[in-house]
Amino acid sequence: MAEQKKEVLVSVKDLQQFFNLGKKDEVRAIQDITFDIYRGETLGLVGESGSGKTTTGRAIIRLYKPTSGEIMFNGKDIAKLKNGSKEMQEFRRETQMIFQDPYASLNPRMKVKDIIAEGIDIHHLAKNDKDRDEQVANLLELVGLNPDHATRYPHEFSGGQRQRIGIARALAVQPQFIIADEPISALDVSIQAQVVNLLKEIQEKRNLTYLFIAHDLSMVKYISDRIAVMHNGRLVELSTASEVYNHPLHPYTKSLLSAIPIPDPEVERKRRPQPYDSSMEEDGQKRTMVEITPEHFVYAAAGEVEGYKAAAAAYNA
Amino acid sequence: MADYKINADSFKLAHIEKEAQEHISTPSLTFTQDAFRRLKKNKVAMVSLWILCIMIFLSVISIWFSPHNPNTQHLNWNNLPPKLGNLNIPGFNGHGLVRGEYIDAYKASKVPDGTWFALGTDSLGRDLLSRILAGTRVSLFVAFMATLFDLTIGIIYGIVSGWNGGMIDNILQRIIEIISSVPNLVVVILMLLVFKPGLLSIIVAIAFTGWVTMARLIRAQTLQLRDQEFILAAKTLGESPIKIAWKHLIPNLSSTIIIQTMFTIPTAIFFEAFLSYIGIGIPAPKASLGTLLSDGQKNFRFLPYQMVYPAIVISVLMLAFNLLADGLRDAFDPRSAR
Repeated sequence: MAEQKKEVLVSVKDLQQFFNLGKKDEVRAIQDITFDIYRGETLGLVGESGSGKTTTGRAIIRLYKPTSGEIMFNGKDIAKLKNGSKEMQEFRRETQMIFQDPYASLNPRMKVKDIIAEGIDIHHLAKNDKDRDEQVANLLELVGLNPDHATRYPHEFSGGQRQRIGIARALAVQPQFIIADEPISALDVSIQAQVVNLLKEIQEKRNLTYLFIAHDLSMVKYISDRIAVMHNGRLVELSTASEVYNHPLHPYTKSLLSAIPIPDPEVERKRRPQPYDSSMEEDGQKRTMVEITPEHFVYAAAGEVEGYKAAAAAYNA
Repeated sequence: MADYKINADSFKLAHIEKEAQEHISTPSLTFTQDAFRRLKKNKVAMVSLWILCIMIFLSVISIWFSPHNPNTQHLNWNNLPPKLGNLNIPGFNGHGLVRGEYIDAYKASKVPDGTWFALGTDSLGRDLLSRILAGTRVSLFVAFMATLFDLTIGIIYGIVSGWNGGMIDNILQRIIEIISSVPNLVVVILMLLVFKPGLLSIIVAIAFTGWVTMARLIRAQTLQLRDQEFILAAKTLGESPIKIAWKHLIPNLSSTIIIQTMFTIPTAIFFEAFLSYIGIGIPAPKASLGTLLSDGQKNFRFLPYQMVYPAIVISVLMLAFNLLADGLRDAFDPRSAR
């Protein structure tokens, strides 16, 4: 089934994002990021803190101006668009972001109604005030909130409710692509499942494409079709969720997976985290994303490909 | 102890209506309503607020209903002590020491029966109460102008500097440092080279330097706010920077703005009074609290009321503004309250 449906929605090529370029404190936040996102899928982006997950998300949605590289969205290169231009505004409507901290992502001085309708106002999506109110009420219902809450202020809501308001705001402009930047990591566990299920449900209803950034591996596996693993500002492995989980090839991915606690005391006692030695990346060899087995990419130098291929074959044997 | 088996039948499903689960019962208060609710609980601030309201009201209506003309001189009636009608209250009965004798000064100066001066007259026979009212008006006008510059130049400068950051911020901050390194007094004296002494030169001086603190505070806050996720969300929605400033920044800066304005006002009032006191402010014959103090101080040993009343007015004015500012700060920023 996957074969015929694979239409690329977002294609990122050699994306680089440096901060304070050319100064003493230059930071190379992300380098050589290359991946595709297919329409209708969820791509999970995992990695440790500081690995550049959020920077990648923010560069794609053009909160930053990428230093170099290409971001093709629906066939248009987003990386070079100017802020405020007509094409940019169109991109702004088609791509939205859900933020990490539900307490910081809603303006405390605005009513829920106005927060959600902000995008509607900017892109003139409502015919009149009545239409605007109706759209807001529908969105609130869609995310499981009471439409009567439209006139309240964000501080009156719980974390999970706020996150749902954030989701409603993103959905208000009817986007095709949503970047979810750790949308659940600030919520408590019981609410996390609620929000993830809501995201899945909405994805089906509206045929959305997600880039789901997280560091909670079990949650990423649950929601993602494919998973990309990041380390040190680079993508190290990219494949389908089950491939990454069951047949990890890159040593960093293996180390990351070995760090997941297992909710079974018998097994957990035997679990040994595998440390990862990042010095192997700094041997000066040029590395690129190499397709080891179909749809399974690993960041490897030419000399390492054979080793990975052998490892992949060993899994299948 | 009897064995008690727990099975599925021992439990009953607690049922919560979906509606009830999402229900919020507290009344919906806006941030401003909440702040004013807190302000109302602060008695000192409320008293200050009322005193200020009364002072503003009196000084404004005295434009039309002044007890006497503040600038009319009655040279025969100079240095009359306070007198409130014929009420004969000690201190307000028109009696005073004239050449060592405690007599009715009004009779000695041949003031007609129906005429009296509630706070006495000065050395040129002008009604002190009318002059105090006129002087308060000048002070409040200066306060109003200082607020205006704070709200326009200060806020815009701060937001532009904080929002853009980088090179622009660097240049704007260096300009602020240069401006604030020149003492206010020097600026005023330089203004006197261009303008005549008076309100205009004071206001130009305030326009030149008064907004600096506000701009700095706003910049610092904007730097903090600009990386907040709700600002990023507005950006990803495609909001223009001017609208972000208007819809997101200013409402979130409002407490800083209100509090800083309330601290600017007494500074400006005092600045004007100080300039008038040393004689480079409001020129004669116009009244200002500063000139009244300076005139009254000359006769302080013999006619203390000429200095005491203007001093009380300016003290109360400054104190009321400062206490109200404290109250507003606690109301708008509850975390800062002790």
